[in-house]
Amino acid sequence: MAEILVLVDHADGAVKKVTLELLTKARALGEPSAVFVGAGYDKAAEKLAEYGAAKVYVAEDAELDGYVTAPKAELLAKLVAEHSPAAVLVPATAEGKEVGGRLAIKTGSGILTDAVDVSAELVAEQSIFGGSTVAHSKVTQGTPIIAMRPNATAPEAAPAAAERVDVSVELTDAAKLAKVVEKVVLPKGDRPELTEASIVVSGGRGVGSGENFAIIEKLADALGAAVGASRAAVDAGWYPHQSQVGQTGKTVSPQLYIAAGISGAIQHRAGMQTSKTIVAINKDEEAPIFELADYGVIGDLFKVVPQVTDEIEKRK
Amino acid sequence: MKIVVCVKQVPDTEAEKRLLPDTLTVDRESSNPVLNEMDEYAIEEALKLAEAHGGEVTVLTMGPDGADAAVRKALSMGADSGILLTDPALAGSDAVATSYGLAQALGTTEFDLVILGSEASDARTSLVPAMLAERLGLPQLTFASKVEIDGTAITVNRLTDYGHDIVSAQLPAVVSVVEKINEPRYPSFKGIMAAKKKPIANLDAAAAGIDAAKVGTAGAWTAVADAAQRPPRSAGVKVSDEGDGGVKLAEFLSAQKFI
Repeated sequence: MAEILVLVDHADGAVKKVTLELLTKARALGEPSAVFVGAGYDKAAEKLAEYGAAKVYVAEDAELDGYVTAPKAELLAKLVAEHSPAAVLVPATAEGKEVGGRLAIKTGSGILTDAVDVSAELVAEQSIFGGSTVAHSKVTQGTPIIAMRPNATAPEAAPAAAERVDVSVELTDAAKLAKVVEKVVLPKGDRPELTEASIVVSGGRGVGSGENFAIIEKLADALGAAVGASRAAVDAGWYPHQSQVGQTGKTVSPQLYIAAGISGAIQHRAGMQTSKTIVAINKDEEAPIFELADYGVIGDLFKVVPQVTDEIEKRK
Repeated sequence: MKIVVCVKQVPDTEAEKRLLPDTLTVDRESSNPVLNEMDEYAIEEALKLAEAHGGEVTVLTMGPDGADAAVRKALSMGADSGILLTDPALAGSDAVATSYGLAQALGTTEFDLVILGSEASDARTSLVPAMLAERLGLPQLTFASKVEIDGTAITVNRLTDYGHDIVSAQLPAVVSVVEKINEPRYPSFKGIMAAKKKPIANLDAAAAGIDAAKVGTAGAWTAVADAAQRPPRSAGVKVSDEGDGGVKLAEFLSAQKFI
């Protein structure tokens, strides 16, 4: 059966949901071999087995995380050369795409991004232009590298052997040119990651201040949701850049997207308009966001958001 | 210090984008093309670095011949000269081919630093900067929210999903920037006038040493088989808050089984 390499996205061994989605998709395409780079494999092993990794290539060398992107790409290039997989799946995250991009050059292969599905013939369905166009594309040279969007596939458990194969790569000098000197980690709450969450609650200019984002956070927490922010809110310094949803921020496609105090200009829409259900709360009834919303409340978010939060808590 | 900023001319950010039905390439005609917004941050960063350390800024773009307008905008912000890499053979290039074309064009000039916006608003692959670093064998300093140069040492804050990494390297290097990094200056009237006299060199594929077989739709390593526009979402229910907006919303969420 054709081998499909899946690059594991993890934080010190805590496997990210997108990896489970990629393994699920890889099972439909062939036999998944996960590629785990960095520390913490003991934590990850069980999860990777549970979601169908037949094999896991493990590279626990700290050096591979010590330089930007290139080491992972060199390791994957070595695995591609040695094992001739039918395809390589990477997450369509900033890091995943860059690893895929460098791997494409190294192996003389084409790369497709923004894939929300991949057929058995390795045709990728891509959601582009803010989700307004659906394209089908193929790689025509080398080993297809496909970057898949988080939240595009429902992960399905299917226990497999996850046979551990330790691998290493002799890094070239070129892979060691950009050295990671320090990792600065923002305090992370318990909320789900924005691109992986099934519910996202976002605040925009209407929220008015960084302190006021507390009401957005309360609603998010009542729903077990991630918190997003419009560009206006991030530019104003009310919420971090990592939470920005839109044309110049993240693209999300959750089951439910609640936009509070967001007008819904293209800049924002491009990042969320493929969400399954969209709810808008805005005091301007002409706000373009209402054109997208499955349910819209014309009203003051400072009244509506706390009220719906209370109602949710009551029903628990 | 010699800095080259690679920029892209893209369809108007506000306009709906589409792929042309016959060629399945981006429709670059039906809206007013603009300089890719993220590139303004790249140009601004280059100008700040050149002002701080002494040096000059060249703007390079690969695009249709109208893309000189994007270069002119960069010149009006203060860049010194431009290079327009344009050739019919390049049309329809994917990221792999674009990075090849740009790498070849960069080979015709000297530089200490290449700066790009982290992604273009049309294709949004964010692949080209990393691919350029790969092709040129230079340090990849992408998603930079801060850049510092000290002699030949360069340090950036590279955005990650957990915060940022502090990454250090030696020049020459490839940097891509995120919006957070600075506030792009508006071209002044004086800058716009001055830009008209600044030189823009035209390069075609041959002059850049580009093998036409490796670029354009024909040379791409990916192919679009078909594309369709999704039907626009239709608006659903809209209610006015009369003291019960939140309650009604909760009922909707419950009916949809979210709570």
